[in-house]
Order: sequence, then C-alpha cells, then structure tokens
Amino acid sequence: MIDLHGFGGLLAEGTWMTIRVTLIAAAAGVSLGIGVALMKLSASRLLRFLGEVYTTGLRGVPVLLVILLFYFGAIAAVNSVARTLGYTEFIDVSAFAAGCIALSLAFGAYAAEVFRGAFQAVPKGQIEAARAIGLSRLKTFVKITLPQVWRLALPGLGNIFLVIMKETALISVVGLDELMRKTQFAVDYTKKPFTFYLVAAFIYLGLTIVAMGVTALLESRANRGFAIDRRQA
Amino acid sequence: MNFQVMIESIPALLGGVVLTLQLVAVASLVGFVLALGVTGLRLSGKPWLVAPAYAYVFFLRGTPLLIQIYLVYYGLSQFPELRKSVLWPFLREPWWCALIAFSLNTSAYVSEVMRGAITAVPRGQIEAAKAVGMSAVMRLRKVVFPQAVQIGLPAYSNEIILMVKASSLASTVTLLDLTGVARSLASETYMPVEVLGLAGIIYLIINFILTRILRGIEWLVTPRLQSEAGRIAKA
Repeated sequence: MIDLHGFGGLLAEGTWMTIRVTLIAAAAGVSLGIGVALMKLSASRLLRFLGEVYTTGLRGVPVLLVILLFYFGAIAAVNSVARTLGYTEFIDVSAFAAGCIALSLAFGAYAAEVFRGAFQAVPKGQIEAARAIGLSRLKTFVKITLPQVWRLALPGLGNIFLVIMKETALISVVGLDELMRKTQFAVDYTKKPFTFYLVAAFIYLGLTIVAMGVTALLESRANRGFAIDRRQA
Repeated sequence: MNFQVMIESIPALLGGVVLTLQLVAVASLVGFVLALGVTGLRLSGKPWLVAPAYAYVFFLRGTPLLIQIYLVYYGLSQFPELRKSVLWPFLREPWWCALIAFSLNTSAYVSEVMRGAITAVPRGQIEAAKAVGMSAVMRLRKVVFPQAVQIGLPAYSNEIILMVKASSLASTVTLLDLTGVARSLASETYMPVEVLGLAGIIYLIINFILTRILRGIEWLVTPRLQSEAGRIAKA
C-alpha cells in the first residue's frame, strides 16, 4: 500500500470540495444550458444573437482564462468600489465563488449546444398535438418537451460533466482548497511529488468511473420506454 | 475599461501567441504519431496489446491535464536516477515538460478519434478488397485510409481546438504562452479584466482562423463535399 504520510484525510477533504464544486457547476450549468438553448431557438433576433455570443465566447476561450478573469476581475472590481467608498484595506474574493461561476458558465455554454440539438429532435407534431388537446404552453413544455429533451441530452451532458470535473483542478490556481491544491500541500511537505500527484490522478480516475456509472444508470432509466425498440434493432 | 492598457499589451500578448502556437503545433504533431501507434495496438485484436493501450487512453482521458503536467514537471524530480541521467537537462525545462504532457494527453484523445474513424469504414468493403486479392497494406492505403480521413477529420479538428485551449495550462509551469503573458501583465498593470479579456479575444480569433483552415482541409479531402458544391454552383 502507498504511504500517504498521514495526508489521507487532507486528500479526502479536497476530494469532497472537488465533488461539491462539480455538482454546483453541473446544476447551474444545466439550468443555464436550457435557458440559453431556448434563447438560441427563440424567434427574437436579439436573444438568438446573445445566446450565440455567449456560447461562442465561452467555448472558444480556455477555462483557465475564464477562472482567472472572474477571480482577479472580481478582486479588482470589489477593491475599486471599496476605494471610492473610502475603504483602503485589501479585500479578497472567494475562490470558491469565482471558480463555481466560471465553471458553471463553461458548463452552460457546452450544455446549451447539447440542449439545442435535443429540443430540435423532439417531433413538432407532438407539441402541436399537445396544444390541440388544450394543454397550455407551459404544460406542454414541462410534460411533453422536457422529459424527452432530458433523455436525448443525457449522453452529451454526461460527457460535459466528465470534462468539467477534470477542469475543477484549475481552480487550485486561484487558491481553492480542492483535491489538486490539497495534493500540493502534501507535496510541499513530503517532497514526494510523483507519489502524491499520481494518487490524486487515481482519485480523479475513480470519480470519473463513478460519474460514468451514474450516467449509465440515468440513461438506462431515461430510456426505459425504449427498451423494446433497442431489442428489435 | 482602460483601452490604453489594452493597446499597450498587444505586442507582449502576440509574443505569447507565438509560444502558444508553437506548443500546439509540436504537441499535435508528436501526439498524432503517438496516436497512430496507440490506435494500432487497440485495433490489433490481441488482448495483451489492447489492454495496455486501453489503460493508457483511459488514464490520460480520465485525469486532469493539470495533474499530468505536474506529474512530468514536478513529479519526475522525485527519482534521483532521472536527475542524474542525460535526460535531465530536458526534463528540467518547463517547455519540454509541457510539451511531453500535451503530446501524451492529445495522443490519447486523437487515438480515440482514429479508432472511431477506422472502425466506421464498412466491413464489407474490406472483405471485398480481400476478395479481389488486395494485400493488407494495399487495403489500408486504398480503402481504409481515404475514408477514415474523411470520417475522422471533423472530430480531429475539434481536438486541435481543444489543444489550443489546453495549451493555456503551460502558464502553470511558468511558461509565458498567451495566458502566461496575460497573467503577468494583469498583475503588473492591476488591470486584470482588460488584459485577460483581451487574451480571451485573441484565443477566439486563433480558434476562429484555425476552424476555417481545418474546414478548408476537410473540403479538400472530401470529394463528396466538392461535388455537392459543384452541383449547387451549376444549379
């Protein structure tokens, strides 16, 4: 067994933080993704344009840069406001908040593309039929469109989830105590960089495997009505 | 917004762009060659060759690139044998470490693209090629490759764009690539939003131009696209 020099607990704390940030980014990103997908499919040119700018911008720029921008940008903004109000001490900003916002925005941009495809894949006739039998727009959306969109979007969302989970390591650069940074502490203390980074790598690998398992479960649940089709094919 | 700072930081940022493009170009090239080997192993059909190739791809795709860079840059110094070896002058340099990590990382992703593209070539065609007496090399050259290139190129283009974005991690091991220059300028000028934002716009421009070039290449190697365009032009 590998000797962790008593840093096992620290790594566990870091892992828990990594999981929390990932789940927050996923929850916020999925909501954002649905919203932006609807913007991109809307009749309004302005909304379509804004949606396009958002997805193109966040998908074309490195996540590391987005994290740095939010962290240092927020520090600069908060401190300049404080200075104009007469407060001269330096104010630090939460790396947790900056990291969560940056990763949620990144998740949202990728998810928007997945959701747009999924919304378009729901047969138009079903929506017309739902409206024809008197369902309201909202009810049609919640009862007819969303459950099918969920099923169609799941594989894509699973991939994004795995990507974003790995990108949480980048928040260590602005000082959030997640798995990567806790590992750095252990490395600084023990002078065993290879051992500890490899251990951290295998923890990420373990998280990846768990996430893949959960995605597979969710997918088979979402596809339960389609089991017969698959057997025929 | 301080536009003066933005304009003044353009020359330094463009210097960073050179290093970014250099890293992307070399890593893509080395990664491509590695990926050919890995794909060969994965499609060999022999379990003792498939398993290590699968583990290689799974590890590199399942762990953060940041860890992979740190494993090479900081991790290797743990081994005194390596520090005394002839390789150490290279492994000490952040440029080589970033390059090694990027190449290994992209080779895993690209090998998945290659595997998908090659297995997508219809089996019947390969059987037909066998039946008319083509040798294995001939089958690869005349039947599999021309089609696999067309099938795999869009996904490969995505990998190149991902590589451009991933190269920003070079800044974490002190390299002055586009992100590295932007980070040091941001702390020098105390104008993080202007400088980092400008760097973001430069990344967008790089990716936009690269996407266009890659689409052009896709068009060149896909006769189907050309004939469709011809038909539309005639109509």
